[in-house]
Amino acid sequence: MTDMKVRSGVWHETVLDTLKANDVRLAVYVPDRVLTPLISALHADNFFTCFACTREEEALGIVSGAWMGGVRGAVLMQTSGFATIPNALASLVLPSQIPALIFVSERGTLGEFNLGQAMVLKTMRPVLDALAVDHHTITRQDELAFILDRSIKQAVAIQQPVVFILSPLLTGGKLFKA
Amino acid sequence: MTRPSAHNAKVMNRFVLTQRLVAQLKHEEAVIGGIGNANFDLWSSGQRPQNFYMLGSMGLAVPIALGVAIAQPQRHVVALEGDGSLLMQLGCLATVAVRAPKNLTIVVWDNGIYQITGGQETASAGTADLVAIAAGAGIGKSAWAADEDEFDRLFAAALRDGGPSLIAARIDDKPGVGTTDRDPVQIRARFMQGLGVRR
Repeated sequence: MTDMKVRSGVWHETVLDTLKANDVRLAVYVPDRVLTPLISALHADNFFTCFACTREEEALGIVSGAWMGGVRGAVLMQTSGFATIPNALASLVLPSQIPALIFVSERGTLGEFNLGQAMVLKTMRPVLDALAVDHHTITRQDELAFILDRSIKQAVAIQQPVVFILSPLLTGGKLFKA
Repeated sequence: MTRPSAHNAKVMNRFVLTQRLVAQLKHEEAVIGGIGNANFDLWSSGQRPQNFYMLGSMGLAVPIALGVAIAQPQRHVVALEGDGSLLMQLGCLATVAVRAPKNLTIVVWDNGIYQITGGQETASAGTADLVAIAAGAGIGKSAWAADEDEFDRLFAAALRDGGPSLIAARIDDKPGVGTTDRDPVQIRARFMQGLGVRR
């Protein structure tokens, strides 16, 4: 990580800076409360083309097309959205060797209030492992820039997707009153 | 039950129309062939380096085309998609309408059946009108092609005037003419070369 101006204080600033430093210019998302500050910052920065789409696999199709057209892209979603993308991973991204950068806001753990989210989370890492997709669970701000920067470079170099699971330990997660 | 906005378009043939479409491509336009017969007939119409043939991910021809269109705004991009595939991912029409890329044209082959899986009826066989759906999603330039000549005119206008636009053609139940070589890495690599991204 050289010549990289990365703010180290707040997770979403670090994510934005690392994307920019790696020339990732497209961000497509299905909204999530936890990701809202990142999404807002991406919208506010003209470096990025950032927009919502209607479904997570649609987002993977868009960044796959953009990659083939020469633009690096990231997809942002929450855990429940991940459950909608295994077909797009297995039949487009992986066989075509597309380095899709996938950010998942981790729901379903560390204080989850929605059983549906908790159940979906139990499927996420086994599915990623079954597909042999690299994934990193990021819990610490001091490791965030290193993991993102190195992994984005690796994904592009080996033409494989990578999933960044953003833990509530990093983001604060979604709070509720017990 | 009849379609809410009944049309009297002629029933045409996908391979014939695909050949007529490809014949209009003079500026290395990108073409995304949706899974199944849409890309089989694209393949059979002549293998251009700017063609991407989908071997999976049903429903994602339009999103992939949108991604290419965003990455290369100077290049026109065409998505060829079947009715069953489009029905699987209707939300993408709304996304296209919001982004409004001038360099994107969607062509829908509507035979009212899932032809490749045994001919089961799709919702567009009798009730759903894909042009009305696209227009309702916000793609103002959405039209049925009444016959082959109008298909040519609509596609020429889409390339000339910019979009986004959607052209729907009623087609028969004939299977694709050929079969795409199933090598996704080679397809992707050739496509990127065709788009000038890779040497």
